[in-house]
Amino acid sequence: MAYTERLDKRKFDELRPMEAKIGVVKNAKGSASFKSGKTWAIAAVYGPREIYPKFLANPTKGILRCHYTMMPFSGSGERIRPGKSRRAQEISMVMEKALLPVVDLTDFPNSVVDVFVELPQTDAGTRCAAISAASMALAHAGIPMKDLVSSIAVGQVDGTVLADLSYGEESYPDVEVSDIPVAMLHNSKQISLLQMDGEISKKDLLKALEMAKGATEKVYELQVKALKEHYSKE
Amino acid sequence: MSSILVQDKSVVVPGEILAEGMDYLPGDNTYRENDKIYSKVLGLGYPAGRVIKVTPLAGPYVPKPGDKIIGKIIDIAFSGWRVNTSTAYSAMMNVKDATSRFIKKEEDLSKIMAIGDHVVVKITNVTSQNLIDLTMKEPGLYKISGGRLITIDSQKVPRVIGKKGSMISQIKEKTGCNITVGQNGVIWLKGSPEGELLAEKAIKLIEQRSHQEGLTDKIEKFLEENKVPLPERKSNGSDLKESEGNEYAEETEEGGQ
Amino acid sequence: MINGNKETIAQLANEGKRLDGRSLTEFRQPIEIETDISWTAEGSAKVRIGETVIMAGVKLSIEKPYNDTPNEGGIMINAELTPLSSEEYESGPPGMKSIELARVTDRGIREAKAIDMKKLCITPGEKAWFVIVDIITINDAGNLFDAAGLAVLTALKAARFPVVDPETGAIDYKQKTKVSLPLSKEPLPITVYKINGKLVVDPTNEEENASEARLTVASDSKGTISAMQKGGEDSLTIDEISEMVDLATEKSAFLREQINKVLKK
Repeated sequence: MAYTERLDKRKFDELRPMEAKIGVVKNAKGSASFKSGKTWAIAAVYGPREIYPKFLANPTKGILRCHYTMMPFSGSGERIRPGKSRRAQEISMVMEKALLPVVDLTDFPNSVVDVFVELPQTDAGTRCAAISAASMALAHAGIPMKDLVSSIAVGQVDGTVLADLSYGEESYPDVEVSDIPVAMLHNSKQISLLQMDGEISKKDLLKALEMAKGATEKVYELQVKALKEHYSKE
Repeated sequence: MSSILVQDKSVVVPGEILAEGMDYLPGDNTYRENDKIYSKVLGLGYPAGRVIKVTPLAGPYVPKPGDKIIGKIIDIAFSGWRVNTSTAYSAMMNVKDATSRFIKKEEDLSKIMAIGDHVVVKITNVTSQNLIDLTMKEPGLYKISGGRLITIDSQKVPRVIGKKGSMISQIKEKTGCNITVGQNGVIWLKGSPEGELLAEKAIKLIEQRSHQEGLTDKIEKFLEENKVPLPERKSNGSDLKESEGNEYAEETEEGGQ
Repeated sequence: MINGNKETIAQLANEGKRLDGRSLTEFRQPIEIETDISWTAEGSAKVRIGETVIMAGVKLSIEKPYNDTPNEGGIMINAELTPLSSEEYESGPPGMKSIELARVTDRGIREAKAIDMKKLCITPGEKAWFVIVDIITINDAGNLFDAAGLAVLTALKAARFPVVDPETGAIDYKQKTKVSLPLSKEPLPITVYKINGKLVVDPTNEEENASEARLTVASDSKGTISAMQKGGEDSLTIDEISEMVDLATEKSAFLREQINKVLKK
């Protein structure tokens, strides 16, 4: 039996309801909030600023550092102990790699731009929401960027290719499931984040990545709208 | 065929296409890729003749020689002071650049400027690695005392100053404050408590609405609606001195301390 | 952060004035309280006082009671001063500021016996509910103590027990019952700062840095004090403490009203 109707009745390429907002952390140079279904990421950007420890400094350009944190009460089960888990460290690292192709810090040698992301509640797709929020926050901070980065997960449940899997789909019992978080640069359609859990055929993988184009485009439209509306003429 | 895609002074996002074709040139905060010109920042895009430019709506201050900034003394070395410039780079101010007075070898430098003091200084040199040299030995450069310091995004500094200093003059006049605007976004206000508060609110309003048209009128209205009693002004009227562009020079009475 | 207004703040305080034009005993506006901001928490709240924004989330779990209190559940309050919320904070293990914030907030609730710990017991000596509240700063613009106390009390009031499988005893965190925590009192901490000898509430960061001493007083609707914490470098006279307690209980009532306005809706 194939997966013909999604748990929440969405179309196969339909995303969960999204919400984006700019300027949610006043102390930061730039900030943004991005909600996708019940997943919520808040991103704040500080810097360029002096880097500690000093040996991390790069004399040719500033470095970008991401910090991904799930709030202790943001998991759907028991409380998550505060402190950096290996999972959080890995996600922080792939976030950096997802954003680096667009960020230009050549004017700020030896400095660091820090992006902090906190998630008050989660339901799958946390790293994608984190990257989409971070990209908006970096733009809001006035960091030179070649493009915006938009991120969403695609994947497959029992042979059906889908966009933006929910937790219920990610953990669908007894069938083949794959979850593929993707980040895409808007103009070039190049991919700067690609991970996968589960199993998938090459044919379905390419189908899913094709679907990611349209899906990230919807994220992009919302990011642009939020940034522009923040500077309305009123 | 070439065409401009950006409407005059509309908000553009990084990566937005501003113009197509080779008839146009990429200006400030833009870049070309193949036949298209894209924005490199969040800002207001506009064509200036054949050049397409973007004015950033926010962004880090990039130190430039000749800029007047407000900094904070964070350390005292043998030869001078280390100054926080509100950027990723602290600056060094040598004793000989701080005062024209003769400083004896064993003199306590903290008597001249202590850690935590704020200073209005000018950038004399910036290296490729953003090492910054400062001077305080010119008119309009001095150690600050009293009043209040506020910080705005450095990209909004030109709007706070206004064309030929029109915006800042208006705020000074209506609030009775002396105001010094550092290019790094640090601003010093000194007047009555009510005057300083009104000036701070007006400046924050400019920062918030810097992308809007008719800002000078809006601020005039705001200042008019929130009037404060003004102290009696000395009638020499010479405390406003404009230099070129966005630069703005302040009176010199406290210089050379 | 530029912090050059210390002297001006002290001078103004002496005249009964503040940098932002408030009176010495006036809270910032807006004061906003939102509940159920996180579906994954059993109770949650987001609080805004001026530009200070804090979240608090309650998680409930079933644990073995402590040996010395076999008939009681427990509570723990933790605070994270996130580097997202201020350039002053760094990632890593909690510093003294977050430890103090957590402990002062914890004592205000615990010592008032606001939660009936006996009612949290399921099977004496074996199973009881434990309440863990996490305080997360979103934007630190000053007065974290009061904002945290407000967020924690609101989150506790909004919390609902999750469904427990009667057979296995396992918690189904995805389903909530309508049962709230056995909360009998509503203690709220208010921190009174001393700036240039004057008493001030709800300080901004700059005012906190310009203050010489502070006293946090947690009190409930009857004015009973349940916790205190004196901070800062300077000392306080008994007369000052008396005045600070009065001011704190008055402001505590004021903030309690704000919560009840939101929760009654």
